[in-house]
Amino acid sequence: MNVFAEAIAWLFSAERLTGNNAIPVRLLEHVWFTVVSVSIAAAIAIPIGYLIGHTGRGRGLAVSISGAARALPSFGLILLLVLLAGTARASLAAIVAFVLLAVPSILAGAYAGIEAVDRKTVDAARAIGMTEWQILWRVEVPLGLPLLIGGIRNAVLQVVATVTLAAYVGLGGLGLYIFRGIPLRRYDEMLGSAILIVALALALDALFALAQRTVVPRGVIQGFATDLRASPSGRRAVVRKLTAD
Amino acid sequence: MFTARKKGRLATSAVAVGAVIALAGCASGDPLEPAEENASSTDSGTIVVASQAYYSNEIIAEIYAQALENGGLEVERKFQIGQRDAYLPALDNGEVDVIPEYTGNLLQFYSPDTTATLSDEVYDELVEAVPDGLVVLDQSAATDQDSYNVTSEFAEEHGLVSIGDLADVPVELTLGGNAELEERPYGPTGLSEVYGVDVGFSATGDTTVDALVQGTVNVANVYSADPSIASENLVTLEDPEGLFLASNVVPLVSEDVAGEVEDILNEVNAALTAEGLAALNARSVDEQQSADTIATDWLTENGLID
Amino acid sequence: MSWIFDNLDLIGRLTLEHVRLSVPPIVLGLIFAIPLGWFAYRFRLTRSVLLTAIGLLYTIPSLALFVILPPLLGIGFLSELNITIALTIYAVAILARSVTDALGAVDPDVRQSAIAIGYSGWRRFWGVELPLAGPIILAGLRVAAVSTVSLVTVGILVGVESLGYLFTNGLQRRIIAEVFAGVAMTVIVALLIDALLVLLGRALMPWTRADSRATPKVADPTRGAAA
Repeated sequence: MNVFAEAIAWLFSAERLTGNNAIPVRLLEHVWFTVVSVSIAAAIAIPIGYLIGHTGRGRGLAVSISGAARALPSFGLILLLVLLAGTARASLAAIVAFVLLAVPSILAGAYAGIEAVDRKTVDAARAIGMTEWQILWRVEVPLGLPLLIGGIRNAVLQVVATVTLAAYVGLGGLGLYIFRGIPLRRYDEMLGSAILIVALALALDALFALAQRTVVPRGVIQGFATDLRASPSGRRAVVRKLTAD
Repeated sequence: MFTARKKGRLATSAVAVGAVIALAGCASGDPLEPAEENASSTDSGTIVVASQAYYSNEIIAEIYAQALENGGLEVERKFQIGQRDAYLPALDNGEVDVIPEYTGNLLQFYSPDTTATLSDEVYDELVEAVPDGLVVLDQSAATDQDSYNVTSEFAEEHGLVSIGDLADVPVELTLGGNAELEERPYGPTGLSEVYGVDVGFSATGDTTVDALVQGTVNVANVYSADPSIASENLVTLEDPEGLFLASNVVPLVSEDVAGEVEDILNEVNAALTAEGLAALNARSVDEQQSADTIATDWLTENGLID
Repeated sequence: MSWIFDNLDLIGRLTLEHVRLSVPPIVLGLIFAIPLGWFAYRFRLTRSVLLTAIGLLYTIPSLALFVILPPLLGIGFLSELNITIALTIYAVAILARSVTDALGAVDPDVRQSAIAIGYSGWRRFWGVELPLAGPIILAGLRVAAVSTVSLVTVGILVGVESLGYLFTNGLQRRIIAEVFAGVAMTVIVALLIDALLVLLGRALMPWTRADSRATPKVADPTRGAAA
């Protein structure tokens, strides 16, 4: 347990706030990579996901591409893209890798959110004369928001975890302390920065958990099915429950 | 009828689930197995040769392995077993018998506060510093040590020959290298104290040479046997003040097998030169040859195997 | 690409090593997740606390976990056991929730019927509930398996050799084909294990073959492998 005390001491030492490798600098890099990559991924995945969800077409394709993308080893993908793009464009290469990792989760969140909307609700909207566009924007999107945010939440966690590896190709971020600590045998530094990365992941996760709750339209409990056995079909319940949490 | 059939299926599936779990039980022992096997390998007379997770080190290890095999010894290879933290305990407990090392880096590991920098000094200190149960054999003339490099254009433009010349360069200097370089005695602090050269630092890791060539950094720490020094036309700055520890190739071996391997490995080390090592590395990087082929070719050329 | 043909031995050896490292965490993950998932399902009061706590484990980046575990468990920093334990934790984090959800999705009528014909709690779990929960558990297992295969590669950074070796060695030697081979083989291993799980699922749960469309393809479409 002594190592943990040393790690905490490392983390809160005044030295961590100054110099080239000050924690705020590396933390900012880490968050910057995460925000940029997830934003780009969202810009790509949300429109496609909504199209799939609304029209019901292309779902099979999206599922299989997402499945294959999930199997991609992120560490290898970063190194491969950096080698292909050249070190001068290493940041760009890494961002492309992060985006590829984030897209499947967000895509799934987007279409699952729309699909999870009760078809009767959509029919009702159609019956009162809403256009398809209005149905999408005023019914499906708001109701599907918790699932979409759930997808973004998972994407953020994946990217935060993966950005840790970016230091291997000289891109900084919080992983730098781990890569520096291993050869120097500085366990306080390795452990301290590992704790910091976990704390960042947990903080971002909590932020999105909060967002997920606040976006549920008043009076709608969909997306938070509490009694699975009461749900119409096990499968939908599971998808909903998993993505909602 | 229906219930009976369904019940049958459920029973079958229950058996099957049980089988999966039983199977799982068997597999769960796996992670511990290799360690047990290895621990006993020294007893059976096999020499276990290991290498670091560094392609050049693997080539040297393969050369050692083939030379030992040629001498009639039974060899087991455990290559790419990672970094010093991983393999030094393995040497202590007998899982590994022989690993190619580098005098300077190894000395720094055992005595982090050492002030030795010259090749013989470092070697003498290392002989003392190596813990009980391990010995270092003769060191080779081949070195693979840290060195500061600049592009030939940059060297020409500012008339750079030695590290000290960097002090007069009017542009801002950024040093690139592995993340840990920033904390090493020969890193930015040493540069400033020994040569009065002030540099910024960028942790460029395994992409250091690219970073230098593409101008992200203008000084780079590259291992002296790295073939890209030649292929990228880099200029290695002289180190008259001995900022860097000399780091010659040296086999670190377990005392138990030292007698058996000493003569063979000393002969191999005597034949390995600095240029020779760089050439071996070049075959790995430029020709993309495997360590196996490179080692056999080199040993044959030097008349060390028949 | 000639590098690949010259090094088929190496690629083959590393692939086997990769599989050997991938299987224990997947299997162990399932073994630990079943009782945990059952507990969370059975005792509803603790459910959300337990599942949230387990889920949080999944948010820990792998490289960080590889570094945190050794001092916590008193094992070597660069031991292979470290990777096995870390990846088992991720597998449990994914699977415990799948098991809970799967048990919750068992038709209450079927459960009542089992009770009515005299199944005791223990026999009912193994003979009725678990098999019926199988398809959803399998879906979770597939996600866990693919994620595990991908994460094994990160072990190379702490000295555990797998296909990840081709990433770092390929970068050092600037051989793009080598890194590419590593990425491609990792994907192939993941997809093969995935296919094997599907086949195993069909063999063990023949009733799902009748209407395969009723089986979820993936329990959680949004969840993937953390690095």
